Amino acid sequence: MSATETAYRNRKSEKAIRVWTVVILLFIYLPMVAVFIASFSKLRFFMFPVKAWSLDWYASVFNSIEIRDYLGTSLLIAGVVTVVSVVLAIAGALAFARYEWKGRSLYQKLILLPIFFPQAVLGLAILLWSSALDLSPGWQLAVFAHLVWIIPIVTLVISIQVYGFDPSVEEAAYDLGASRWQVFTEVTLPILWPGIFSGALFAFLLSWGNFPLSTFTTGAEQTVPVWLYAKMVAGYSPQVPALGSLTTLLAGLVLFGGYWLGRRKAKK
Amino acid sequence: MNMPSKSYSVTDSSPERLPENRGSALNIRVRNTLLWFRQPGALLSLPALLIFVAGFIGPLGLVVIYSLMPERSFAFNQLPTLENFVTIFQEGYYISYAWSVWLALVSTLILIVICWPVAYGLSRIFRRSMILTLLLVLPLFVSENVRLFGWVLTLLNHGILDGTTRTLFGWELPDMLYNAPVTVLGMVYVYLPFMLFPMSLGISMVPDACREAAFDMGATRWQVFKEVELPLAMPGIMIGCLLSFVLVLGSISEAKILGGQSIIMISHDIETAFTYAQNWPLGSALSTLLILLTAVLVIGLLSRLNLDNLLSRK
Repeated sequence: MSATETAYRNRKSEKAIRVWTVVILLFIYLPMVAVFIASFSKLRFFMFPVKAWSLDWYASVFNSIEIRDYLGTSLLIAGVVTVVSVVLAIAGALAFARYEWKGRSLYQKLILLPIFFPQAVLGLAILLWSSALDLSPGWQLAVFAHLVWIIPIVTLVISIQVYGFDPSVEEAAYDLGASRWQVFTEVTLPILWPGIFSGALFAFLLSWGNFPLSTFTTGAEQTVPVWLYAKMVAGYSPQVPALGSLTTLLAGLVLFGGYWLGRRKAKK
Repeated sequence: MNMPSKSYSVTDSSPERLPENRGSALNIRVRNTLLWFRQPGALLSLPALLIFVAGFIGPLGLVVIYSLMPERSFAFNQLPTLENFVTIFQEGYYISYAWSVWLALVSTLILIVICWPVAYGLSRIFRRSMILTLLLVLPLFVSENVRLFGWVLTLLNHGILDGTTRTLFGWELPDMLYNAPVTVLGMVYVYLPFMLFPMSLGISMVPDACREAAFDMGATRWQVFKEVELPLAMPGIMIGCLLSFVLVLGSISEAKILGGQSIIMISHDIETAFTYAQNWPLGSALSTLLILLTAVLVIGLLSRLNLDNLLSRK
């Protein structure tokens, strides 16, 4: 096969890949767009094409005190999960990728196990565990359940940054007389910052959108995804598409805003 | 009997001295344990390990213990019995197991095929496209319920698809919701990122030089794929397959929201046993089988992987 022929074939397969990627993106976003469209429909039950538009359902979401509570609980859980998981995952990632120690390879595998386990069953197991320990479900138990699943993910995200980190920079700082704490805050943390930042975004967003763990652990203090699910299966309310769109928008804003902030910081 | 300690193999810089009792196996063990804790990596791993033990090993261990308790008991200090496992086989719970395993297999196979070109593009063609990556991760952060509900709105009678074909061509589409294929669609949809990203990580491990060398020696596109890319990308692909398989196996929302309970998944049976039926030991026994199946697959794969190689490439 001649070189030009190979190049031609490569270009052709590249085009096919581009087309397929667009198809997959459409597949991913079609249902999300459907929720957006439905949220502006005036009818109580959705019909397409939409004949009458309205913002009533958004108004009713914003006016509902009940929904404000769910939003508050979701934010509280996601906030606490973000802070705790990032702090523990920084330590966890240094153990994962920075230091050579006896037991590291076993630790690397153990710590990942919760990612490879169905969340609904984990949520039920944690509920059973908490009732055996005489703890009642609530936002604190949900935070705990989220941590079990999110710490491994954030550890992985930060570890990828740690792998690219040259330990001799730390040694140089020690040689120049820096203390342990100074090295950590002035050298290690700034170098790992991009990974920590992505890890924090992941932690917040995964907790924000989580349903299977929250549904079994929040008890009476429901989160937004748990409430949405309850309304989907029984007692449908047109607030569902409106609130669903709002949570999607917020996730998108945090993700793209976070990316934009991270890039601006990197450019400085 | 206390003697000054000799130099330690891990760190000798520490000023503390540990009691040593020569000849006592217990003391040597205690000393080794204390030495292990002096490793910075070991210390740093402790908080995460603590959560892992208290939130994963503990709950799952308790589930296994509960699975051996007599039916409908709420205490876990009775004589162990296997009666719950007998119930599983007598009362047909293995049917939902078979469905879950079957749907997990089908979804994983579909995911391999539809994700490969995108994963390939992600690591080779769109290398620098952060926007594309973000667009592909965003769904992970939107509750699966909302996205599955979007499919209900799309596939409903007079929904997005049906409404479009009605107004444009006057066609009425058949009912598309509440069956097995649409359940698989929901699973493929929800777990797509779990296949895509590990797969793309795997593909980016294939060095350009290997691929070009194979082409230079006259290999066809198919041969390069089969003999070079696929084997070298295998660790990533296997992680993707394992994640999708295990997560679909224990999934719950897809069959409820899109499938309308036309298929009963095993996690639905588990949930029912724990909640409505108030039969914790049966729910635990059903979960225990799931834990065992998952453990065999996950430990089988993870023990073969070198995570440092997989994650440390630049």
